[in-house]
Amino acid sequence: MNIALSEFAPLSTEIFVLTMACIILIIDVFVSDERRIISYVLSLATLLAAALISWNMLDNETAVVLNGTFVSDPMAALLKTSIFLITFGVFMYSRAYLVTRGIFRGEYYVLGLFAVLGMMVLVSAHNLLTIYLGLELLSLSLYALVAFNRDSAQASEAAMKYFVLGALASGMLLYGISMLYGATGSLDIAEITAALSASDEMGMIHIFALCFIVVGLAFKFGAVPFHMWVPDVYHGAPTPVTLFIGSAPKIAAFAMALRLLEQTLGGLAADWQDMLTILAVLSLAIGNVIAIAQTNIKRMLAYSTISHVGFLILGLIAANAEGYSAAMFYAITYALTATGGFGMIILLSRSGFEADQLDDFKGLNERSPWFALMMLILMFSMAGVPPTVGFYAKLSVLQAIIHVDMVWLAVVAVFFSIIGAFYYIRVVKLMYFDEPETEEPLHVSTDLQIVMSLNSLAVLGLGVFPGALLAVCAAVLVA
Amino acid sequence: MIDFPLLSVLVWLPILGGAILLVMEALGFPDIRPTALVVALATFLLSMLLYTHFDISTAAMQFQELAPWIEAFSVNYHLGVDGISMPLIILTTFTTVLVVLAGWEVIKNKIGQYMAAFLIMEGLMNGVFASLDAVLFYVFWEAMLVPMFLIIGIWGGPRRVYATIKFFLYTFLGSVLMLVALIYMHLQSGAFGILDFHRLPLGMTEQILIFLAFLMAFAVKVPMWPVHTWLPDAHVEAPTGGSVILAAIMLKIGGYGFLRFSLPITPDASHALDWLIILMSLVAVVYIGFVALVQEDMKKLIAYSSIAHMGFVTLGIFLVFTLLDNTGSTGGAALGMEGGMVQMISHGFISGALFLCVGVLYDRLHSRQISDYGGVVNTMPVFAAFMVLFALANSGLPGTSGFVGEFMVIIASFKANFWFAALAATIMILGAAYSLWLVKRVIFGEIANDGVRQLEDINRREFVVLASLAFVVLLFGLWPAPLVEVMHASVDNLLAHVSVSKLPHEAGMALLGNGN
Repeated sequence: MNIALSEFAPLSTEIFVLTMACIILIIDVFVSDERRIISYVLSLATLLAAALISWNMLDNETAVVLNGTFVSDPMAALLKTSIFLITFGVFMYSRAYLVTRGIFRGEYYVLGLFAVLGMMVLVSAHNLLTIYLGLELLSLSLYALVAFNRDSAQASEAAMKYFVLGALASGMLLYGISMLYGATGSLDIAEITAALSASDEMGMIHIFALCFIVVGLAFKFGAVPFHMWVPDVYHGAPTPVTLFIGSAPKIAAFAMALRLLEQTLGGLAADWQDMLTILAVLSLAIGNVIAIAQTNIKRMLAYSTISHVGFLILGLIAANAEGYSAAMFYAITYALTATGGFGMIILLSRSGFEADQLDDFKGLNERSPWFALMMLILMFSMAGVPPTVGFYAKLSVLQAIIHVDMVWLAVVAVFFSIIGAFYYIRVVKLMYFDEPETEEPLHVSTDLQIVMSLNSLAVLGLGVFPGALLAVCAAVLVA
Repeated sequence: MIDFPLLSVLVWLPILGGAILLVMEALGFPDIRPTALVVALATFLLSMLLYTHFDISTAAMQFQELAPWIEAFSVNYHLGVDGISMPLIILTTFTTVLVVLAGWEVIKNKIGQYMAAFLIMEGLMNGVFASLDAVLFYVFWEAMLVPMFLIIGIWGGPRRVYATIKFFLYTFLGSVLMLVALIYMHLQSGAFGILDFHRLPLGMTEQILIFLAFLMAFAVKVPMWPVHTWLPDAHVEAPTGGSVILAAIMLKIGGYGFLRFSLPITPDASHALDWLIILMSLVAVVYIGFVALVQEDMKKLIAYSSIAHMGFVTLGIFLVFTLLDNTGSTGGAALGMEGGMVQMISHGFISGALFLCVGVLYDRLHSRQISDYGGVVNTMPVFAAFMVLFALANSGLPGTSGFVGEFMVIIASFKANFWFAALAATIMILGAAYSLWLVKRVIFGEIANDGVRQLEDINRREFVVLASLAFVVLLFGLWPAPLVEVMHASVDNLLAHVSVSKLPHEAGMALLGNGN
């Protein structure tokens, strides 16, 4: 097991984030509460620098290092860059909320950085154990984050649910991995693929392994029927944590699905396509229909996430480069849009008041036309109405599945997106057509204003000029 | 010639103007209405350049602009107009000026957002008519819903929320299947250009499915019976300006869609299913005509009248196959199609004018019920003259633009089938009945109540709005040539295109045999 020093070059982003997370952890111990802002600024700087580093790796050759456990390819570079930028936004949204509730502690940012590290490992995994390692690092950080506000009974309950169900899902995944190991004698993705293509027919054990792996994935995605934890965790967690869970990890989950299904089990595509079709249709149906009945916007967005996951899975079902790049585009742009959506809940909250009811959005146009407009853009993007980026995400996924002659699936998807449109435009209705329930003016800190505006304008801007991002998503898969 | 991208200016100038209005309102400018008017007028005047520089001798797309937009999907920013879309763009820019004027004093709440919504919508509608790329078209088509949704929802009547959500979901439902059809054709042709789709060979089953997907989208927009139910609600609840834009332009987008997409892309399916459209159109003309007769609410009456008149448009457009089969020449078919198009433009003016008239009354007495009026002529003589003129135009009086289109379509339907003509001609009777009865109950007679007694006649602003509409209604009624001329080349080209089957030869012959 000799590892040359040069093998560490592709890991430079991971090493950097790990080092900085540890440094911030130590610094945070020594700064007083009044100067907690130092941890915050350092975390933001870390993410920004990491984004720059990984963006520069976009053109690098694919390199598999550390005895085949870690891969650095253009796709990983793109996904990591998106994760950094979205987490950057998440951290900026969170500050004001944490400060007004007296829980502005360094742990939030340190745990967040460790979760980011987990996502990075997941994105770059080239060995089933690495995938598991990344997944657990991510999940454990998130469990702790959900319970972060330890005085809140609701949050503790959510954390417990999340932990129990998440552990179950991890167990499923691990069980599937173990069967795959038994069948092929390896945990290395390349070796498994080779072993699978060498065997003439797929035995029961392969299908069994596939089933457990798909179940594990579906849990992490929150796809129906493994979605039960999503609304409760989204609802119970402190809003900044909901924001975090609802955004960047979707990108990591997409990467995990791609590494496992396409790169490892590509030979079984015909089998997992059928499984994913069921997951996708159920997610679209249940997510969209149940979202209508919600009065709490966090729960509504949770069900909306489920339906978006259904759409994302549609891209995977196409099982070709076009489909994967469409799903990647969907994951990145959805994470961006969801960040804004949850960010708006934070923006409307104030000390002692959670703006997590739909009715809290009433009359927002009277109180602040600008932020109402920003939310309008986000909601129409989620509904898939042009000229917002959500439309192109749906367009590219639909195109991919129509291309593989699954027109019926496309029709089902657009049908449910009409149902989905209803609850998004209901938010617009509340903001624009109803009278505000409170006359209290909005107090929004400058960093929140900036990040909210940038977020929504990015959704609109990518909607007017989606070409560049679409091209990058297609290019990294070809490379 | 024009040496700047005129169509882009017509699309983006109003959108930019709308954004500027939003900013001005946010910064607290005291009066932003003049800016809105300047933008609307500038756009209108620029759009006149389209007319003056239009080459009527060719059916080719003019004023074309082409730039790559989304290269991953081979989507281009491709604009261009022909004789079918150019008049509709001018109708849009003209109507927007009137709508800005109509909202001048009436809208008290958030007037900046109100004007901005209309200007942005103007740009988007121009984009719909000018797009030659299917994705670009779809983007404008859907984006258009957003400002209209807000206009009805914010400035509308008591049941505005119900009406606007119904409007949005109905139209959204119609259009998503069109998106699936567009993507499907993209995969067949490798491009998203609408003109590429025109040339794309398609089998009969594919054509039927694509035709039905388009029908969903355009029938909802027109709206055709039986998917018209959103329209009366939306019209009644919308503010005057919203009703005018809905009636004058948004409905035309459905008719335009049939001409630009359904007929040329799926000629054989259109041929095979033309009976369906003709049936739906005749039901709209006759049945909806009767429904209009019994309305108590002025706006609802005009809304139903719009549906009936739009039935005439689709009738004229889809008579072409019967006419081609019966007469063997394109002359009769051209008459029907041009009649349908003239009817679209003319209905844009007339229905817009009628909604503005109702708006004038509503601003004064805050009621749209017919029974709350009576004898308005005694207190508002000038207004009464206008309203009577527009009502007569609505019932197709010769000398007004309403007559030209209806007459052309009726003549064409006579050549197609006597019974079509007999049913279609009922619009002359029913149209006259509900329009004139409306006028009789609202305008003439004794002064009905104190409210009417205290009415003041229209002011100079309202006079300008109504007079300019009256001018064009009479102009095109007496001299329709300028309007019909610009359409000729494009209509002939379209007819030549649809008369050639896209099917492989034998299948095409068999179909023609069955078609009779």
